Amino acid sequence: MFLNLKTGFAVLFLMLMLLASSFVQAELAAIPPLQALVTDLTGTLNPSEIAQLDAKLKAFETEKGSQIAVLIVPTTQPEDIAQYSIRVVDQWKIGRAKQDDGVLILVAKDDRKMRIEVGRGLEGAIPDLYAKRIVDDELKPRFKQGDFYGGINAATDKVTRLINGEQLAPPDRANADGNSIGGQNSLAMFVITTLFLSLFLTSILGRFFGAAATGGVSGFIATAAAGAGLGLFWGIGAFVFALIIPWLFGGGRGIGRGGYYGGGGSSWGGSSGGSSWGGGGGGDFGGGGASGDW
Amino acid sequence: MQFSWKKILLATMLLSAILGLSGCGYNQFQSLDEDAKASWSEVLNQYQRRADLVPNLVATVKGYAEHEEKVLTEVADARSKVGSMQVTKEVLNDPEAFAKFQAAQGQLTSALSRLMAVAENYPNLKADQGFRDLQAQLEGTENRVTVARNRFIESVKNYNVSVRSFPNNLTAMMFGYKAKPSFTVENEKQISTAPKVEFGDKK
Repeated sequence: MFLNLKTGFAVLFLMLMLLASSFVQAELAAIPPLQALVTDLTGTLNPSEIAQLDAKLKAFETEKGSQIAVLIVPTTQPEDIAQYSIRVVDQWKIGRAKQDDGVLILVAKDDRKMRIEVGRGLEGAIPDLYAKRIVDDELKPRFKQGDFYGGINAATDKVTRLINGEQLAPPDRANADGNSIGGQNSLAMFVITTLFLSLFLTSILGRFFGAAATGGVSGFIATAAAGAGLGLFWGIGAFVFALIIPWLFGGGRGIGRGGYYGGGGSSWGGSSGGSSWGGGGGGDFGGGGASGDW
Repeated sequence: MQFSWKKILLATMLLSAILGLSGCGYNQFQSLDEDAKASWSEVLNQYQRRADLVPNLVATVKGYAEHEEKVLTEVADARSKVGSMQVTKEVLNDPEAFAKFQAAQGQLTSALSRLMAVAENYPNLKADQGFRDLQAQLEGTENRVTVARNRFIESVKNYNVSVRSFPNNLTAMMFGYKAKPSFTVENEKQISTAPKVEFGDKK
């Protein structure tokens, strides 16, 4: 009985702990999903103002490629506005992937704080100083009078003007996701497929032609899946591989066995190289920009 | 086509060696190690950027508040200490040097924040455009340092988890990959002791 009570307490304690930890996690202010360039969670801007701003920013995006997003939240507590803002841009990934040309204008209305978060690629066009001046000269005075739309509108104008002075890559959306076959899974697939293919083809066509056919077929598949450059590489790799396999399996037909497998090793390292940054084409932020209050 | 079992065995071993090399974490170490190095460079960059701001800042504050010698020399000392440190890639793998680096940067952080607090007492200084620009830059840089540090902590965490977990730890031991040191909270002691509240008018 006593023991049961003890375990009961232990279970209760554990549950409380779990509950507490889930509370701690829930405490951070939530980040809304990125659905439009202007997101207002406070109902400060009326729908036509939001539409106007959104249209302006979208037009700028198609013209220049850079993305400027506006987010108005009630509060960023318990975090500092800078901490919250970097979490937002880490999740939203506004701006183009390699250009890193995104800007976030964040307003925490009840905290009376605002921040302009500048993507890495724009830190030259909008240094912290300029961001601070936009905060102090455009946002602050208008926010003080309650003119949120006016402030944000003026700030976006300033930001677009600064970005326009910067040489950036022209906007294009065509090769947004050139996903490559990446990493170890495809390497394993390659090895296994080539193994069976070459066993099959060399037994029918003989060693050299079988290997050539293996290389051709593998190369063709790789080209279809990942583009010509990788495909060619892949095909040559498969050819070399197929030449070695019969030697390993003792199925060589007459041709001397030396010398063929020298190049095989080096092609391994290369074909697994094209992994990592595939997908999720988003801009990177390093914490540039400036905060202020009103 | 005659199979010899020996050759099949050899081929299987070769295959599993190749696949195993990526399965045992060796390749993972490479990419995570590079990750950690890259984010470390970013941390160094941002600290350097901050150190570069200090001389200008000190000169500007001096113009308005030359009485605050103590704070000013503190900042200058901390700055020169940071500047004289030899920071190489090896710091990343040497917990002792890393702790020293962190201590020196932490000293500069607290000296700078004291300087900015002192500056609050000088209205003319606060109104100075040059000072306000420097203040904005310093704020931005401190924020970048925070972001870079957080990313570094994250990447070292990933690396360390990979190095320490089974079976990767065997590979790590074989090739001499050790867990890397990371940042801790700078003013641990100050945070853990409750702040003393004083009301100034008692002599």
